[in-house]
Amino acid sequence: MNIIICVKHVPETAEAEIAIHSSGKKIKTEDLVFDINEWDNYALEEAVQLKEKHEGSVTAITVGSEAADSTLRKCLARGADKAIRLTDKAFEGSDSYVIARILHKVIQDLPFELILTGAQAGDDGYAQVGVVLAELLGIPHATMVKKVEPLKGFVKVNRELEGGLEEIMEVKLPALLATQTGINEPRYISIMGIRKAMKKEIQVLSLKDVGLTEEEVGESGSWITVEKMFIPPVEKKAEILTGGVDEITTKVVETLRGKGLI
Amino acid sequence: MNFELTDEQTTIKKAAREFCEKEFTPELALEFDEKEEFPMELYRKAAKLGFTSMRFPEEYGGQGYGVLEDCLVTEEMCRVDPGLGVAVTLGTLMFPDGLLKHGTEEQRRRYIPPLCTGEKICAAAFSEPEHGSDITRMDTIAKKGGNKWVINGSKEFITNAPFADFFCVLCQTDLKVTPSHRGESLFAIDRGTPGLDVTKLNGKMGIKPCVTGSLSLSDVKIPETNLIGELNKGFYYALELFDGTRIAVAAEAVGMAQGALERALNYAKERKQFGSPIIQFQGVSFKLAEMAMKIETARLITYKAAWLYDQGKMDPMITAMAKAYASRVAMDVTDEAIQIHGGYGYLADYHVERFHRCAKITEIYEGTTEIQKLTIIRSLLKRGFS
Repeated sequence: MNIIICVKHVPETAEAEIAIHSSGKKIKTEDLVFDINEWDNYALEEAVQLKEKHEGSVTAITVGSEAADSTLRKCLARGADKAIRLTDKAFEGSDSYVIARILHKVIQDLPFELILTGAQAGDDGYAQVGVVLAELLGIPHATMVKKVEPLKGFVKVNRELEGGLEEIMEVKLPALLATQTGINEPRYISIMGIRKAMKKEIQVLSLKDVGLTEEEVGESGSWITVEKMFIPPVEKKAEILTGGVDEITTKVVETLRGKGLI
Repeated sequence: MNFELTDEQTTIKKAAREFCEKEFTPELALEFDEKEEFPMELYRKAAKLGFTSMRFPEEYGGQGYGVLEDCLVTEEMCRVDPGLGVAVTLGTLMFPDGLLKHGTEEQRRRYIPPLCTGEKICAAAFSEPEHGSDITRMDTIAKKGGNKWVINGSKEFITNAPFADFFCVLCQTDLKVTPSHRGESLFAIDRGTPGLDVTKLNGKMGIKPCVTGSLSLSDVKIPETNLIGELNKGFYYALELFDGTRIAVAAEAVGMAQGALERALNYAKERKQFGSPIIQFQGVSFKLAEMAMKIETARLITYKAAWLYDQGKMDPMITAMAKAYASRVAMDVTDEAIQIHGGYGYLADYHVERFHRCAKITEIYEGTTEIQKLTIIRSLLKRGFS
């Protein structure tokens, strides 16, 4: 089974102090540590496990700068066979649709049965690239995937729905699956893996290689533009609950549930 | 001149960090610090991923990297936890290095691969109750009897002794020669050889998961083929081995200091006194700046020592400087980390006191700081300035 994984090199923002860039449209990333997008990390592990069980190859693709090589090396060290980086100054400012188009141009010429992407990216959280890419390729897709079982001509997938629901569906191959975190336990990078990864070449393709024009990519090709990005002011609210123990408990539970905390 | 790690080295560093941050949990660190036991399961896991065999050639199951890459792993391990870190990195201490330099092909094939996979663990037995800094004479004596060597004596402060499968032991083989260090030889001894007894040492100040023991050797008979390298060259081999391990100790010290700094910095950002985070007070923030300065300089000289070693230009003076300097930095930085934590720093649950207790060993083992200074001054006297 030949599998393509689309990965993104993203800043780790969970514990960092975030500051807004002077353009007001993005965050400052100079001092942030970048790594493979958390969701993609699970997609990578799933792809490698599928390859180990069903043979074939895994190709990792990213749209990003040279710095994204460290994410691709990670993919290679953990078991991917090939890596492609799509890099061009003109790609900067592309929205999810353009990113999907760029990926589509390259992937349409590659042999594959399955494409795996993370369900979303940890930085912008659009959760669009996978879905748009599937549409451009004219293949079926499933999102929020938490289990994958390849069968003859199709894959059986479990999807995670809101409220603890799960659904099982069959998706005809070739297909694209956007995987959820927790779908597997990503392995550690081994030193042996690093040794192998360093011997492999990362293929780099530019705008010209991809076959799109400058107008079709970047901000000019995008359908969505970011108007403003800001850190919402912290609101401090205190509510004093009165009444009996049962009454207070019920209110607490209701409040927490209302905020989606339990 | 180039101060940058290569992509490969950065990847190694990151991989080690990721492993340690997930595996060396604070709970596990506290648990093993308390029970003074070797974290065997963790060790095997690290070995399977290649972290414990960095500097051994691929043909013997190692990873084929140099001392610098080994140091990067050691630094990250000790940064996350000094006790577990030291324990995990010392499972393959010295023995393979000695065999690679002076062992026969048969000895290498027999001993090194199972050490690389983590199935076996080794120990290097040089120190004796009466000989620590001064190993120019050994009280452990090996005598030739027929086609066997018969060994009698005792060894002290031996890392991994209670569970090591293989030992390399420094013995006196010529009692008459002067100076006496020209009569020492290195031997490989397998666990279970009759006459070899091991006792665990308890109550160490720090690096408690790295278990230490004493050896007693009473008429231990080993085949002639267990001699490592040439007869009566053991002292020189030992010194040569220390040139490598001292760099590793410097890397341990850098890692410990870095871990303590990170904890102190995080604490100083969160802890509020007089209405503001204590990092706002220069009394605290300047401490942190100084800690960072010291660590960076210690790291630079440690990497330089490792780089020189890997280039085949090993410089005992730089190695001694790296070890003496980095270990002092580790002591200073971990001390200040406790001070920044105040009363909480004195508690085990805030971890920095453990970093301080562990840091002390880096000033002692593999040659005390005073011995390093002797090496430095001897080099200065010999070589002059260019």
